[in-house]
Amino acid sequence: MKKITALLLLLVVATGVFGGCGKKADLYIYNWGEYMDKDVLKIFEEETGLKVKYDEFDTNETMYPKVATGAVKYDVVCPSDYMIQRMREEDLLAEIDFNNIPNIQYIGEQYLQSSREFDPENKYSVPYCWGTVGILYNKTMVDEPIDSWSVLFDEKYQDNILMQKSVRDAYCVALKYLGYSLNSTNDAELDAATKLLKDQKASGVVQAYVVDEVRDKMIGDSAAIGVIYSGEAIYTKRENPNLEYVVPKEGSNVWIDSWVIPKNAEHKENAEKFINFLCRPDIALKNFEYITYSTPNTEAQKLIEDEDIRNSKVAFPDPEVLERCETFKYLGEEYDAKYNSLWKEVLGE
Amino acid sequence: MKRNGKLLAAPYTLWMVAFIVIPLFFILFYGFTDNDFNVTLGSIAQISKPVNLKALWLSIELSLISTVLCLFLAYPLAMILKGKGRSSSSFIVLIFILPMWMNFLLRTFAWQTLLDKNGVINTVLSAVGLPKQNIINTPSAIILGMVYNFLPFMVLPIYNVLVKIDDNVLNAARDLGANEVQTFVKVTLPLSLPGIISGITMVFVPALTTFVISDILGGGKILLLGNVIEQEFQIMNWHTGSGLSIVLMIFIFVSMLITAKYDKEGEGSLW
Amino acid sequence: MVKKIGKNVYLALILIFLYAPIATLVVLSFNASKSRAKWGGFTFEWYAKMFANEDIMSALVNTLVIAFVSALVATVVGTMACIAMNRMKKLPRTILMGITNIPMLNADIVTGISLMLLFIALKFSLGFVSVLFAHITFNLPYVVLSVMPKIRQTNKNTYEAALDLGASHFYAFRKVIFPDIFPGILSGFLMAFTMSLDDFVITHFTKGPGVDTLSTKIYTEVRKGIKPEMYALSTLLFMSVLILLIIVNRRSAGKKDISPETSK
Repeated sequence: MKKITALLLLLVVATGVFGGCGKKADLYIYNWGEYMDKDVLKIFEEETGLKVKYDEFDTNETMYPKVATGAVKYDVVCPSDYMIQRMREEDLLAEIDFNNIPNIQYIGEQYLQSSREFDPENKYSVPYCWGTVGILYNKTMVDEPIDSWSVLFDEKYQDNILMQKSVRDAYCVALKYLGYSLNSTNDAELDAATKLLKDQKASGVVQAYVVDEVRDKMIGDSAAIGVIYSGEAIYTKRENPNLEYVVPKEGSNVWIDSWVIPKNAEHKENAEKFINFLCRPDIALKNFEYITYSTPNTEAQKLIEDEDIRNSKVAFPDPEVLERCETFKYLGEEYDAKYNSLWKEVLGE
Repeated sequence: MKRNGKLLAAPYTLWMVAFIVIPLFFILFYGFTDNDFNVTLGSIAQISKPVNLKALWLSIELSLISTVLCLFLAYPLAMILKGKGRSSSSFIVLIFILPMWMNFLLRTFAWQTLLDKNGVINTVLSAVGLPKQNIINTPSAIILGMVYNFLPFMVLPIYNVLVKIDDNVLNAARDLGANEVQTFVKVTLPLSLPGIISGITMVFVPALTTFVISDILGGGKILLLGNVIEQEFQIMNWHTGSGLSIVLMIFIFVSMLITAKYDKEGEGSLW
Repeated sequence: MVKKIGKNVYLALILIFLYAPIATLVVLSFNASKSRAKWGGFTFEWYAKMFANEDIMSALVNTLVIAFVSALVATVVGTMACIAMNRMKKLPRTILMGITNIPMLNADIVTGISLMLLFIALKFSLGFVSVLFAHITFNLPYVVLSVMPKIRQTNKNTYEAALDLGASHFYAFRKVIFPDIFPGILSGFLMAFTMSLDDFVITHFTKGPGVDTLSTKIYTEVRKGIKPEMYALSTLLFMSVLILLIIVNRRSAGKKDISPETSK
């Protein structure tokens, strides 16, 4: 009995001391996991005196319901291109007042240009990071030059391939390999892609369907080949020099993650202050060095000290690579559902 | 006195109605309507789609296997713990709860490091010249994860009931000429039935409904019904998700009816 | 003799099974490499960094406060309910037990989503309090299911005998029933506390902006690889509970030094 009392007492002491959490903040941020240097937040808080609350999500699809239902009121969110298009079409976004964001001048014109695919008048979004989808492979575990999606379907690599788990990325691979658009809404093309993915799974080459776990698995030599975002290439290569990243010759996806302000935001001005802050070249540079995803901030690009990275073809690919890449588009409710249900069939096979 | 006693249940009843029963009506509401909120059975009928049906059977299969494994691992364990006597056993029992102080996601992740192709176990195996095992990303890995996570829920209720059994009852059985096996089958086992039942409940249900374990140890290649429901909710398909949840609840309800039947028999011998 | 060795071997195997992943996490907390797949040498760096990490610290505080408060409330309310249920007629008892079983039977995700829907419908803003309410809700059945078998095993006659001998209801309860059901209450509390500590799914759906528990924090880190500070924190948490248990056990063993059964 005594020991139990002692244990309980200790618990009381351990927990009772705390309490009264949940102070109101001046800015609620919702970003991808590991997608910002936390020191940047600290600097922002010091400079502005604003109190920040920061939350993270892992895919666009988990972020969307939180914002769409209005269950949680975030002031500034960082979705990808096609999700921004969807949110804009569903009237979930507020127009950004660009008078409050003079630092937009540091964002390269070409990125604003490509943003117009999902934000036609550049009214709702400010680019944050961008990159491609490609193949990360271990030089010591493959015996041929890798330049095509075809290796992902080669039975030689039994249990050695990591596929992306998010629906659009998975279909990007299959559709591009078959020579179709990754925004295909052609039922025959989609069926062909689905069959390809099912056969791939049945042949036993897929070790796992994962998201960012590709990083650790590739670093640990657990798999020979993985589908991954270009931003991870610099980090993984640093940890395991045998790794190489390539954008396959059939083409791939080029994506942009941008800051948007939801319509139900309660601190819109602070959100704009924050976006402007992130566009400052020194801050963008600091972020880039931490997360290693390519920055659209051309001034920050110039400031990168490490010459190899500044001139890296992975972080800042040549125009001809980008020419064979497409951005995702939101395909409307019907095809969104269709992709999801086809993908479920593949996973449940 | 009676009235007084029953009032003690009032806060509990109110709380459970407000936070369990009423929210459940939201699920029923979504499950029985379509996107335009017309009443329909279509959302529930989604279970007949091959991919959903397959996930349902796989969930049932894996959770049954895990429950049986847990039971066979836990029962002897609880007996041994009981045999250790009161003073040390309370410590040992806490040892079984102790692992839960490491976060469940982390512990399950650790199995990835252990089971990986070049993981700890395979490194050890190949060091001693044994063949590598490829368990990770297979149903076996998921079963392992379930047994690992839910074993304490089987051990504790059985142990709690076993220590309650009066040694005199066992001695009496032996005095009357029963051997150890007979004593176990005729006395210990029936007396421990309530513990077994609540252990089965505590293992089977979370195993049947999990999506995190299959996600982490199945490499995303294996869909259980929990995964399907989770995905439906994630893509805002609340109607289908709720419909499938209702199916899941029906299955759990049926299995509970079966265990409740045995529980009644166990109760009869106890009261 | 052989039997005894067999028993100890069995116990040891189970312990290895339960503790292998934990040992792995402890080892990883000393790994100088940020990736879990690579051993980069031994370091204490993460232990030092952990305390400076405000996110992890506030998640820790939230986790402990929520676990403790929700387990305490659930234990009190749940035990009261058990006592009452034991005296009820069969029908109301069956109904209440049925309701108790709902969250056990239900997928966590359904419970989580249904609570979220309720909070949204009530315009109750999602945050610390909504998570706390959700935790109390799913902790209650654990308490009831732990206490109920104990209560059923108590002998009504001794209680009534105590009453006949002039004890008040409360006194009879405290002296007759409570000692019998106490192990159930304690295991219910501990179960509730640990379940709350461990919960991810329900918290995920009922939490608001900026409120993180260790689980939700880990989940967001999972995809990118868990931060080593998290391993360090978990190791520390685990070790402190372990040491606490050893001390408690030592002291109670020391007290009984005179009695013959202590050497165990």
